Amino acid sequence: MSRNVIEVENVVTRLGGRMIHEGVSLHVQEGEIYAILGASGSGKTVLLKEMIMLLQPLSGTIRILGDDLRTIGYKEASALRRSWGVLFQFGALFTSLTVAENIALPLKEFSDADATLRDEIVLSKLQMVGLKPEVASLYPSELSGGMIKRAALARALAMDPKLLFLDEPTSGLDPVGARRFDALIEKLRDTLGVTVVMITHDIETIRGIVDRMAILAEKRTVAEGSLQNVLQSKHAFVKAFFKDINV
Amino acid sequence: MVAKIYRKCGDIDTKEMLFLPYLRYNQSMRETLLHYSFDDSSSSLSASGAWTLDEVERLRTLLEGYDKKLRTHSPETLYLDLSQVTRFDTAGLILLRDYIRDWQQRGITVELLGMSEKMRKLYVLIADAPQAKIVLRYENFLAEIGKATLRTLQDAYAYVQFLGELTVHLLRLLLKPWHLRLKESVYHMKQAGIGALPVIALTAFLTGMVIAYQGAVQLAKFGADIFIVDIVGISIVREMGPMLTAIVIAGRSGSSYTAEIGAMKLTEEISAMRTMGFDPFRFLVIPRIVALIVVLPLLIFFADMVGILGGMMAAKWELGISWHLFVQRLYEVLALKHYLLGLLKGPFFAFIIATVGAFRGFLVEEKTESIGLQTTASVVNAIFLVIALDALFSVIYTEWGL
Repeated sequence: MSRNVIEVENVVTRLGGRMIHEGVSLHVQEGEIYAILGASGSGKTVLLKEMIMLLQPLSGTIRILGDDLRTIGYKEASALRRSWGVLFQFGALFTSLTVAENIALPLKEFSDADATLRDEIVLSKLQMVGLKPEVASLYPSELSGGMIKRAALARALAMDPKLLFLDEPTSGLDPVGARRFDALIEKLRDTLGVTVVMITHDIETIRGIVDRMAILAEKRTVAEGSLQNVLQSKHAFVKAFFKDINV
Repeated sequence: MVAKIYRKCGDIDTKEMLFLPYLRYNQSMRETLLHYSFDDSSSSLSASGAWTLDEVERLRTLLEGYDKKLRTHSPETLYLDLSQVTRFDTAGLILLRDYIRDWQQRGITVELLGMSEKMRKLYVLIADAPQAKIVLRYENFLAEIGKATLRTLQDAYAYVQFLGELTVHLLRLLLKPWHLRLKESVYHMKQAGIGALPVIALTAFLTGMVIAYQGAVQLAKFGADIFIVDIVGISIVREMGPMLTAIVIAGRSGSSYTAEIGAMKLTEEISAMRTMGFDPFRFLVIPRIVALIVVLPLLIFFADMVGILGGMMAAKWELGISWHLFVQRLYEVLALKHYLLGLLKGPFFAFIIATVGAFRGFLVEEKTESIGLQTTASVVNAIFLVIALDALFSVIYTEWGL
């Protein structure tokens, strides 16, 4: 059994007077591709934001790489932030910076790498995500949707993170582009050994590359495990979600 | 400085252990090392410890030190043993790759030994990444000036185009005046008018007072104290009132028009409006123009009153001119035409401020800094045009003997 890199236990969340989670638990193991599934409004994004310290749950514990997020100190928190990369749904590239500057920003702030080495790291990250070196000097407004996602992924990978959080990585991509993006994520996991946690609605992604998943419904985790395990669940939402899938 | 060198002398074998002279990395010093040895035709290099981004500066120094030694020995083959490396990442391997490429170019055969499976995978990934420099698009000074000039001309051209389009819409509105969005117009009147009263009161009051104080000192020298009324009355009503009101409104409402329309453009609300058949000119631009044209003369009137009040107070304190005397003199010298000529500027200033504000809003692009740039440009352009137009009014009034 691999070691858990993320442990979420009994998380309760209330936002603006509305209960979002009433006891969500999930466990992500090292080196796997893990998906968080659920209907719109089931609190997937809120849970992701809690994992990356953008929001705090009302109660429950979240443990990332061994650190408890409730009791974590300032120094440990900033170290933890450097050991993960986050790909936001719409990329969230800084529009006033070029792609190269976007990727080099964490390197510039958090390491002693000189300009030449930074450039080389940027170029190798671009190559990893399948972008041409020419893209480096473009601004985000000059990129297509798929390129923005790849560039944002390159930025998330800049510091060689142990953990990669992806918010709907294939949304807004065409089917061919989406499968390529899946393949890219799988390749990065295999070569870099990074653990991937993603929110997705894409059934092809789930079938293709996801190792294990958690399904959120009725404010809790209703199923967790591999696709086979999850399909055994008798829960109505799980059945509805997977009714078209045959494994 | 902790530079220790162990040297085992012999005919063939020179083994060195190199420590880095930085104490602050005490922990990693023990971790990251480079052992090497040379013989006749080959060199063995053994890397250990952490080859990561945090260590790149130390690693570079270590590799440079080794590279210097290598140049004096120039072996044919280099055996690089990586089995002792405990941690590594892209940055560390790229650094190593650059040296390996350099050695290979100098004709040295580099043999990589003891690479773990994980490391080999990552190394393959980065091995053929381009080493090219990232070319930044810098421009020289002349090109910058040329571009800025061109941009200004293009903006001016686009503004004229915008005015043309606006004229068409205004003519259409003239034929069907009930198409005016009255609700929006009134909303903007309230926003731009009532909201601006406090700041206009303050600026006008202080301006009136300052003019009176400055004039009082000069006039007292000649004993022509009573002329303070002429100075305050005419300068406030003809020039200062309209100008300061226009400048306050350009800063307050012109900028908000740019920001509002710009934000709507960013969120594609403008496109949505267009596709649904709501013309942005009719729904966004014309109500704002109408509102300012109505409100600005009213605000000028308000500024005139408060400005004269400020002058009256200063005249009383500084020159001892009573309220009664001041008002009586004001009746004599301040002809109605001065007041009307000042008020007449209002609608023109309003038109400039509202059109520049809206025009700049439509120029906002999909960049975060764009709204800021356009809002700044909107205020700067509007104030400049207001002052230029005011100068034009002065010339016309003088030529016509008004």
